[in-house]
Amino acid sequence: MNTDAITLTIDGKKIEARRGDTILEAADRAGVYVPRLCWMKDLLPAGGCRVCTVRVNGRPQAACTQPVAPGMVIENDTEELRELRRDLIDMLFVEGNHFCMFCEKSGNCELQALAYRFGITAPKYPYLFPQRGVDASHPDVMIDGNRCVLCGRCVRASRALDGKHVFGFTGRGPGKRLAVNGPNLAATDVAAPDRAVAACPTGTLLVKRVGYKVPVGRRLYDHSPIGSEIEPQTPGK
Amino acid sequence: MVSANTRRIVIEPVTRVEGHGKVTILLDEQNRVEQARLHIVEFRGFERFIQGRPFWELPVLVQRLCGICPVSHHLCAAKTVDGILGIDRLTPTGEKMRRLMHYGQMFQSHALHFFHLASPDLLFGFDAPVARRNVIGVIAEHPDLAVQGVMMRKFGQEIIKATAGKKVHGTGAIPGGINKNLSIEERDTLLAEMAQMLEWSRKAVAIAREYTLRNLATVSGFAAFDSNHLSIVRADGAMDLYDGNLRAINASGGKIVDQVSPLDYLSVIGEAVRPWSYMPVPFRRQPGPEAGWYRVGPLARVNACDFIDTPEAEAARKEFLGLTEGRPNNLTMAYHWARMIELLHSAEVIQRLLEDADLQGDDLVAPRGERRGEYVAMLEAPRGTLTHHYRVDENDQVTMANLIVSTTCNNEPMNRAVQAIAEQHLSGRPEITEGMLNHIEVGIRAYDPCLSCATHALGQMPLEVTLVAADGEVVDRRAR
Repeated sequence: MNTDAITLTIDGKKIEARRGDTILEAADRAGVYVPRLCWMKDLLPAGGCRVCTVRVNGRPQAACTQPVAPGMVIENDTEELRELRRDLIDMLFVEGNHFCMFCEKSGNCELQALAYRFGITAPKYPYLFPQRGVDASHPDVMIDGNRCVLCGRCVRASRALDGKHVFGFTGRGPGKRLAVNGPNLAATDVAAPDRAVAACPTGTLLVKRVGYKVPVGRRLYDHSPIGSEIEPQTPGK
Repeated sequence: MVSANTRRIVIEPVTRVEGHGKVTILLDEQNRVEQARLHIVEFRGFERFIQGRPFWELPVLVQRLCGICPVSHHLCAAKTVDGILGIDRLTPTGEKMRRLMHYGQMFQSHALHFFHLASPDLLFGFDAPVARRNVIGVIAEHPDLAVQGVMMRKFGQEIIKATAGKKVHGTGAIPGGINKNLSIEERDTLLAEMAQMLEWSRKAVAIAREYTLRNLATVSGFAAFDSNHLSIVRADGAMDLYDGNLRAINASGGKIVDQVSPLDYLSVIGEAVRPWSYMPVPFRRQPGPEAGWYRVGPLARVNACDFIDTPEAEAARKEFLGLTEGRPNNLTMAYHWARMIELLHSAEVIQRLLEDADLQGDDLVAPRGERRGEYVAMLEAPRGTLTHHYRVDENDQVTMANLIVSTTCNNEPMNRAVQAIAEQHLSGRPEITEGMLNHIEVGIRAYDPCLSCATHALGQMPLEVTLVAADGEVVDRRAR
């Protein structure tokens, strides 16, 4: 037996994990889906969106940042946590301007896919209708601030994967916004192939003139919900 | 001017049309019709709020202004965006897939209107009780027709799904072409129903023709008035619902505008605004708003084209024009017959396209040419000529949009129809009967207006009629 291996339980199921794993990584390996939004493979976790909140020995923790420890008792797929996550996703919708019906990311959008997985058909909270702009100044990349959920994936990817510092945040609290390193996007060194652009889970960062090239029926989440790739034993859940 | 002692009759909402409209009939002291107006009271605002959006979104974004004929807006916007990208010719697969989508839309829309919206009036008569004169009545007394309507609409919707990805609000037409071809399986599924669809289309033409001929005296005196007719036609003068240049003819068939490029539409068409409606009134710049109004839609198209390039619809067109000895038909109720000729034409075009191997091609998108900052495209939507005009800045953002939708073009003709019917049926009769009021609705319905380009109203909406004296006192009110 691997000496680095430890044992913990998720929703009563015993799983093996490696020392140094986060709960989310251990769950992924065990085929247990913990919903997440600001987490992205190859990036350090930020623990920002809290969609991956689980209970660890009774205490709420972000699964993407919390390392595993022997004997942890983790609650993941409980009604209480589903409700909490549903509320978080709901709030992300109403604090932006998310019009899925004409968004080119529709069908490939992680936020939309989460909403479908959680059965959100209409928002519970009132829309805030914030005033946010479009920055289309760059010839190949654009930002539609209406759809930003402040996950910070582009911020981290630009630094860690592209070796650039194109994106950052400005403001605090309700006034927090995605910002770029310059007066507008055209003034930055962003490029269409940047990992930061592909890192966006919603339709905020877009490569221009791609649009709806993938037909309905062949998009990422057209046939199976987000998370299915982790839980192969229950396809079509 | 409306005099001080005018009385007012209001029909709100107008039922069995797409959307929500209201009719006001102003009577003078002798109960003569002083003025009749069709108010369009919904406001959409698309032209303003798409400003700032990236242009490649337009085909998917703008189609959201309608749940009935989104395909028309989807394709018209796509054609405009092609032009902005400097693409003047699509690949055969791109062009034919889009045409298949368009004719599928035309087929389902015309079937829906004829079998479910208009047929109660034609089958039971304008004065038949409301309880019977609706789609439920059609299902009860003519179940075969009701089922045909459903199945024909379904066939058209399946074509839209196979080409656009969804039955409503798909994404198929993308800048420069299409995002999918037609699989062999999709083709064979559709072809399997083709013979039945053609047969039902022939029967539908026969029903509309027989109705018109049997009731010729009635329909000849029902909102019949001379008008100009406008549509796009192919370069050789053939009916082409997807692409072509503008042609306008006068009431006796003389060509007053011909083969004018959509790019030059502003030199030909202007829009006037009326204070009592959100719907503008398009008109030909020469001779201006008073005399330059025109009809669009099936009647205008069948009148304006030189021929139809599918054999059965062409034979039907000749028979249709035989009634007026080759001159344009100016009867409002002839819209139904013309619409069914187009239904048959659409079925023939769909069959021709389905048998074309280009639909299985892989070359879906044409290469881009020299970018243009502005473009205009037109097509013939089920209800008439549709125009999309966009300007785009160097950042790819829309700076100006002008949409002239089909129902808008028929604004003036519908008002004329309401006035003509009101004068004939209401003048001098202080009593408001349901049948009389429905005559007005029948007149409007013949144009198949889509009053909001968004909402559906299928027969069960309440109808309230109010007769108001000039001092504001309600002197009569009837409600269904």
